[in-house]
Amino acid sequence: MVDLLRAVFVAPFADMAGNPTFLVEVLIGGIAAGLMYSLVALGFVLIFKASSVFNFAQGVMVLFAALTLVGLMEKGAPVPVALVLTVIVMIALAFAIERVVLRPLVNQEHIILFMATIGLNFFLEGFGEMAWGANVKKLDVGIPDTSFLVRGVQINRLELTAALTAAALVTVLAIFFQRTKIGRALRAVADDHEAALSVGIPLKTIWVVVWSVAGIVAIVAGVMWGAKSGVQFSLSLIALKALPVLILGGFTSVPGAIVGGLIIGVGEKLGEVYWGPLVGGAIENWFAYVLALAFLLIRPQGLFGEKIIERV
Amino acid sequence: MIYRETGQFKTSYASDQAIFPIAQDRIFVLLAVAAAFVVPPLMASQYWLQAVLIPLLVYALAALGLNLLTGYAGQVSLGTGGFMAVGAYSAFKLSMAFPQVNVILVFLMSGVVTALVGLVFGIPSLRIKGFYLAVATLAAQFFLIWLFNKVPWFVNYSSSGTITAPTRTLFGVTVSGPQATAGARYLVAIGLVTIFALVAKNLVRGRVGRSWMAIRDRDIAAEIIGVRPMRTKLLAFAISSFYCGVAGAELVFLYLGSAETLAFDINLSFLVLFMVIIGGLGSVLGSFLGAAFIVLVPIFLTNVPHLIGLPLPVALQKQIELMVFGALIIFFLIVEPNGLARLWQVTKEKLRLWPFPH
Repeated sequence: MVDLLRAVFVAPFADMAGNPTFLVEVLIGGIAAGLMYSLVALGFVLIFKASSVFNFAQGVMVLFAALTLVGLMEKGAPVPVALVLTVIVMIALAFAIERVVLRPLVNQEHIILFMATIGLNFFLEGFGEMAWGANVKKLDVGIPDTSFLVRGVQINRLELTAALTAAALVTVLAIFFQRTKIGRALRAVADDHEAALSVGIPLKTIWVVVWSVAGIVAIVAGVMWGAKSGVQFSLSLIALKALPVLILGGFTSVPGAIVGGLIIGVGEKLGEVYWGPLVGGAIENWFAYVLALAFLLIRPQGLFGEKIIERV
Repeated sequence: MIYRETGQFKTSYASDQAIFPIAQDRIFVLLAVAAAFVVPPLMASQYWLQAVLIPLLVYALAALGLNLLTGYAGQVSLGTGGFMAVGAYSAFKLSMAFPQVNVILVFLMSGVVTALVGLVFGIPSLRIKGFYLAVATLAAQFFLIWLFNKVPWFVNYSSSGTITAPTRTLFGVTVSGPQATAGARYLVAIGLVTIFALVAKNLVRGRVGRSWMAIRDRDIAAEIIGVRPMRTKLLAFAISSFYCGVAGAELVFLYLGSAETLAFDINLSFLVLFMVIIGGLGSVLGSFLGAAFIVLVPIFLTNVPHLIGLPLPVALQKQIELMVFGALIIFFLIVEPNGLARLWQVTKEKLRLWPFPH
């Protein structure tokens, strides 16, 4: 019993203190992974805020964007052209989704819309593979997947680029939301659909914009994940990884998605490296969920979610 | 015309409270159940029994369990696959440890084990709701599957990591294991699902079901009129998990024969949730219709290109199947968000008036 307690509460921390360089590397790996999760979670948050649709298809949208990009590049398009074309495809997708799925289902319950996005998930998965083929593709965006040393700590170039891109994307989104006219309209819709409608904000346009933005975020996430691990079906499963990030950060908060992603990424890596061996490893799959769950018991609305005052 | 209740008077409380107050309904359901017991074992081919009807019944039971939780009590759960795994693994362990115990009893006991596990994972529902809860139940899914993968005790230290259904008999007939005939397995499956459906129907008409629905519709209001949220929610989790656990045990013992954790992954959870939503939230009949839809549509889609003489490469066919399946789900949600059960009800209303317009 004492041994067990020691192994859980003392030994890991002793390990950390004993090899700080390694700890820093683990932390950096965690932050990098966390930012990747944040990128996916961001897409969820954008859509949930504006239309209270829990978009399960975000993961497949990431896959679809990456597949389109790689497919266009294989056809011989240079990277910038392929990127622009992919953006156009994602915007067209947003229009189609609004027209075919969202408009007929307006005013339905949340769970129905959620199920519709799962249907969308299946459809896009089949469509993407039919259009671009199902085999694993390499996505080469010109950033080598190598590391360099800073004071004895290894830093991966690709992960660094991903981190910088994520930071840039968040900044751009923040400016877009806070400073532009359409951003203000988006926030108004997020606050209250009916009130926004009554002051003359076109709800349908807003939805198309939000889904387009989510599509563009999906492209960024798809490029980053694709460059790291190849463009393949398993890419769509990262949606599941983004869910604990969402509950940790709150479904409606952009900063929450970022901070939640970082906490999950770092927590997951620390847990796997220092506590994983105790129980036989491979705990990455559920550790994030348990972390998020434990957190929810204390703060049911997430870190930055809107506080729901209700006593039950 | 054919569906008239004219002249059927309810003269006692018992007849007023009957499950099927209309005589036509009663006769139709009785006939349908009797046909389900008799016709397939005599008529259907080995393939249809083993690959279509048995999984349909097993999934219907799981969908019934999830429907109690999600449709009636309003707690969305994505942990169904994990709970079914608990049922399957505990049935395996129990039947290995006590070989002389009746196999039905083993199913029920594994259901009880699953109910206890479900209770534990239902605790978060006391604080959180909606999508937060759905995501939280994913923790159950991933944790349980990981546990069964990691701890060799659950598979009796077999090197392959699979659980295999042992040969067991019921009334002298082999019903599980490699020697069992598809007919015998089918009869066990339909017997269990009929009983459990009856129990579920009575649960949701009674005090328990009404308190579930009260919690679902407005939890604060429910608490004010004296429904205790904690007891009600946890009871929903326990009973739903019981159903899922029995379904999981059946999945291995009656359908797959042997399985590893892969059979219970997150896709199974989604599949069962689909059945519930397509079939109709808060409807016992809907669970069956939804299961039939989800099991039969892929089979139909696989066979259509053959039937119209259109040869397709396997990969392309798989992709088209996915697309059609996804599109069908969206289509059904748009046409009838309340599920197939509601469609059935509308049909019945129409039949009551037919052939007169009013």
